[in-house]
Amino acid sequence: MTAGEHATEDLLRELAPQVLGVLVRRHGRFEECEDAVQEAVLAAVVQWPAEGVPDNPRGWLVTIASRRLVDQARSDSARRAREVRVVAQETGPEVPDVDDTLALLFLCCHASLTPASQTALTLRAVGGLTTAEIAHAFLVPEATMAARISRAKQRVRAAGSRFAMPAPHEWQERLDVVLHVLYLIFNEGYTATSGGDLHRTDLSHEAVRLTRTVHRRLPEDGEVAGLLALMLLTDARRAARVTPSGDLVPLADQDRALWDGDLIAEGVALVTEAMGPGAMSPGVDSRVDLVTGAMERPPLGPYRLQAAIAATHASAERAEDTDWRQVHVLYRILERVAPNPMVTLNRAIALAEIEGPEAGLGLLATLDGDDRMAGHHRLHAVRAHLLEKTGDLASAREHYGRAARGTASLAERRYLESRARRLRAPADPPAQEDVT
Amino acid sequence: MKFVLNMHMNPAVWESLTEDERNEVMNGHSTFMETVTASGEMIMTQALADPSQSAVVRVRGGRPVVTDGPYLEAKEYLGGFYLIDCETRERAFELAALIPDAKVEGMGIEVRPVMFSAGRLDV
Repeated sequence: MTAGEHATEDLLRELAPQVLGVLVRRHGRFEECEDAVQEAVLAAVVQWPAEGVPDNPRGWLVTIASRRLVDQARSDSARRAREVRVVAQETGPEVPDVDDTLALLFLCCHASLTPASQTALTLRAVGGLTTAEIAHAFLVPEATMAARISRAKQRVRAAGSRFAMPAPHEWQERLDVVLHVLYLIFNEGYTATSGGDLHRTDLSHEAVRLTRTVHRRLPEDGEVAGLLALMLLTDARRAARVTPSGDLVPLADQDRALWDGDLIAEGVALVTEAMGPGAMSPGVDSRVDLVTGAMERPPLGPYRLQAAIAATHASAERAEDTDWRQVHVLYRILERVAPNPMVTLNRAIALAEIEGPEAGLGLLATLDGDDRMAGHHRLHAVRAHLLEKTGDLASAREHYGRAARGTASLAERRYLESRARRLRAPADPPAQEDVT
Repeated sequence: MKFVLNMHMNPAVWESLTEDERNEVMNGHSTFMETVTASGEMIMTQALADPSQSAVVRVRGGRPVVTDGPYLEAKEYLGGFYLIDCETRERAFELAALIPDAKVEGMGIEVRPVMFSAGRLDV
């Protein structure tokens, strides 16, 4: 793909939600407008590289999409009355509104939809991706994704969702759903790093782009800033996270020279700002002190806290320089703000670094009775890791094995199996080395 | 999350069904396919030929050796599968329960998570 084609695509994806906003405001009927914009975008993909980008690309897209709407109305004779309305409105004034993108996000992340539908609809209507691109990114057939998007749009209509900003009393709840969807999109892209086919519809980058858009519109919202920081700090480690052959590398073993310094700087700055004024001043040993900030400006949300944890890891030059006390405190606050056994699991790792593996194992024992964690492979994996540190290699090996059988990720299974193999007792026959 | 819904076939059970019962199972698959296709959860389905049509290939001493018949001699065999993409494991169970074979005494649907996917699914 040429640089010109890339520029066209970036422009189209920036414009698509704006054009959709104009259309929905004029005509209502999100479903049909969304189809019309999608067709206009496809027309632009074909025409612009050949004929050049028009002087007013947004106006061009609005015109083409409006014509598609008219065509749709014409093709259905039962909708003739509507056609008259569409034509009458076609020449209406174009009202630019910076909040269109946000209003669309709220619409696509409507509570009546499942997360998978919210994700798909957001990527199409706000992200400007085609159905084929979304299908490719999620490794499902285009027909499957088309059905999912079509059903999502029907649900949005049936739920009576409007193209508007949520009322103040439901603002936070609705924004939380939007942030969760962006987080899911990021994770889908981040965890799917293996496989040689790096399509341009990289979901992580798309999630970062959309979150930046939200952050630009809501710069004062600490959770939006926190989510963006979390994504940047996580993304910064991408190159170090897997070997060229696709094997996972745990945080402690990653080559930190491969971390992206620019992303880390931006992420740390964002989260420091979002954590509050206390975090701006360097701590005693001139490391970023994110805990003081956390204490000074409640209420803190989970994204800021997770970003603060990621920033603490990112600020350590070597793994052994990690400020585990700060990590531990941040997990404790996170446990209080958003109780979740997964958070406790992560805190156990931090606790083990401070007080020793037995303390970590003690905390893990409190999770054994938790139904949400029963038999979860992450619990087995962390327990194996801590048992290995205590020197109980036989038990560690057994738990690595259980974790390997429990995971649904091929890369993770390979990693866990290799840990188990490494702990093979000397009396056993030597492990056969993987050729790959 | 992708799951394979495996339909295990027990010929003894199948042969004991009446014509009507068999038709009900067969027709039930059309309904099931319509449901999961409309919901955007269907990826594909395949029905497999009788295991008597199978052959097992082993490379021994650098040469392929082909033997007729299934890999394992068993009372039950894999009759076919659905590949679906749905929100949760619980949803996969719900879908499995909609497959008509699940209602037949002596038969059941195995729900198994997919770990890795490759290849074109659009054809």
